[in-house]
Amino acid sequence: MSVIAEQQRPDLREPKGWRRASNRIATSLMVLAFVLVIIPLGFVLVTVIAKGASAINWSFLTSQIPSEVAPPGVGGIGPAIAGTIVIVALASALAVPLGILGAIYLNEYGGTGWLAKLIGFFSDVMTGVPSIIMGLFIFSIWVLHFGFSGLAGAFALACLMLPIVIRSTYEMLRLVPDSLREGSYALGATKARVTVTVVLPAAIGGIVSGALLAIARAAGETAPLLFTILTVTTVNWNVFSGPNTSLPSLIFANANTPYAGAQSRGWGAALTLIAIAFILMIVSRMITARFARFQR
Amino acid sequence: MSTQTKADPASPAGSARPLSERRPLGDRTFQIITLAAGLLVLVILVLIAVATTQQSTSWFSSEGLKIFTNNWNPASNDFGALAFIYGSAITAAIALIIAVPVSIGVALLLTEVVPYRWSRPIVYVIDLLAVVPSVVWGLWGILVFAPWLQHIYTSIASGVGHTPVLGPLFGQPVSGASFFTAGIILAFMITPIVTSLSREVIATVPAIDREGAYALGATRLEMIRGAVWPHSQAGVVGAVLLGLGRALGETIAVALVIGSSPAITSHLFAPGYNIPAVIANQFGESSGTFRAALIGMGVLLFAFTIIINIIARAIVNRSTRRMRGA
Repeated sequence: MSVIAEQQRPDLREPKGWRRASNRIATSLMVLAFVLVIIPLGFVLVTVIAKGASAINWSFLTSQIPSEVAPPGVGGIGPAIAGTIVIVALASALAVPLGILGAIYLNEYGGTGWLAKLIGFFSDVMTGVPSIIMGLFIFSIWVLHFGFSGLAGAFALACLMLPIVIRSTYEMLRLVPDSLREGSYALGATKARVTVTVVLPAAIGGIVSGALLAIARAAGETAPLLFTILTVTTVNWNVFSGPNTSLPSLIFANANTPYAGAQSRGWGAALTLIAIAFILMIVSRMITARFARFQR
Repeated sequence: MSTQTKADPASPAGSARPLSERRPLGDRTFQIITLAAGLLVLVILVLIAVATTQQSTSWFSSEGLKIFTNNWNPASNDFGALAFIYGSAITAAIALIIAVPVSIGVALLLTEVVPYRWSRPIVYVIDLLAVVPSVVWGLWGILVFAPWLQHIYTSIASGVGHTPVLGPLFGQPVSGASFFTAGIILAFMITPIVTSLSREVIATVPAIDREGAYALGATRLEMIRGAVWPHSQAGVVGAVLLGLGRALGETIAVALVIGSSPAITSHLFAPGYNIPAVIANQFGESSGTFRAALIGMGVLLFAFTIIINIIARAIVNRSTRRMRGA
């Protein structure tokens, strides 16, 4: 009996033959899957940096948008940067506070009630609504009545950001330990005061980093802006009236042209846009890391 | 002033009413404001359905069931959307066929193979993929990737041109901007979400199941098939459905690389069109029934993605909740 066990033990530790081979193959396939993900990412980043870096300089970032046929090096993307800044800022001013309030309802007031469950479920569903639908929606209810403007674009982006902010804030509020809330209730604070002065500050790092990710996502969106802001070639700081433009809209327009100058400006704008998105993401990660340290 | 502030939380209403009734006006107002913000989600979803349907009634009523014919010619007022529906189905199918195995592979790699300190950088890389904006994928797709793919398509087409099954799928005509290119770009774009949701679902498999399988002498593959897969199967299906919803709705990258030709053909390397792309490309020059038709296709897309998302979320929620409970 013991002899048999002695003989089998090595087999148990080190599978042989097909079992061993299939296990190796499976692990290699998983690694291969990851490599397949890295290749296009590296390919895109290298191309955008290589083609964009040569286009970017200070005058490129600030000049007006020239005609499509203008050669490389002429004009720039100033109006698109200005448009992106004002539209995304306004969209964030709308979506971030509303999203945080909505998440407060879900976690602090709604609890496990049917309404909170329903809202939570449909805010998850809303993250899956295609961004172009948000554009059509704002076109139908706003642009048809009040015309194209940065505000309309901000509404469309805010619709896109709202469920993302709700979800990320909700996850952060859930992490706040109940003992903090109970301690403040014991001191006689009302629920609103506990939420605003104890729960929100405890979760603020995660909330900010979630909001930054939502902003990064909104800054890169084109589809909701196509039918809401139109395009312009000069800077329009007035977000409430008149057509505007944005970096993604400019890239979309330039990618469709056969002109080398327009394409070069497209690459420059793409690098600017990716840089903005990456900076927002890195800042968000740093805040999360800092926050996690305080949590411990 | 200071005494008032101090007294405020202790006896907010300044009376001997039961504690449960001692809620100052500000407290109740705050609750109502947060409720309103929460309800905004439902309001927006209903408004999207109502407003877009309203703008597209002239298409639905004038064309009736002809909206599902393959006859798109705005110049002669023919607005049959079948070619776009077909294109959406084909590109999403190609995207899923490529992205699902890769995503599940990476999710398993992250949860079952690499140690924690390695999994974090890998997650960062996947997240980077999600941060690249759609329009940048499109710009790269049409100016760099499509011309490169065209060579590959051409050589594949000349290789299989007259084979019975492969010929109609991969033969001539060949174009860099095509169904297949759009499908590949979509695959890149949905991989992050399918990966992260699959990972979330797989991570809820109880450690004791894994350890039990290993204790019986299972290899890693056998452990995954015996312990991880049965637990996470449903949730992974949900994650794939969410990826499908994304693939159907993704607009700008596809609008640039799909080739913009409303055609129903079995040739995957031929230029095509799909619903979001035609809305993005033709909306600007549309009016009247033409515009109503484009918005109407948006309504179809909205309805379809909402249904897919509801099913997928329900599946994902149920499988992660059940596992957390276990």
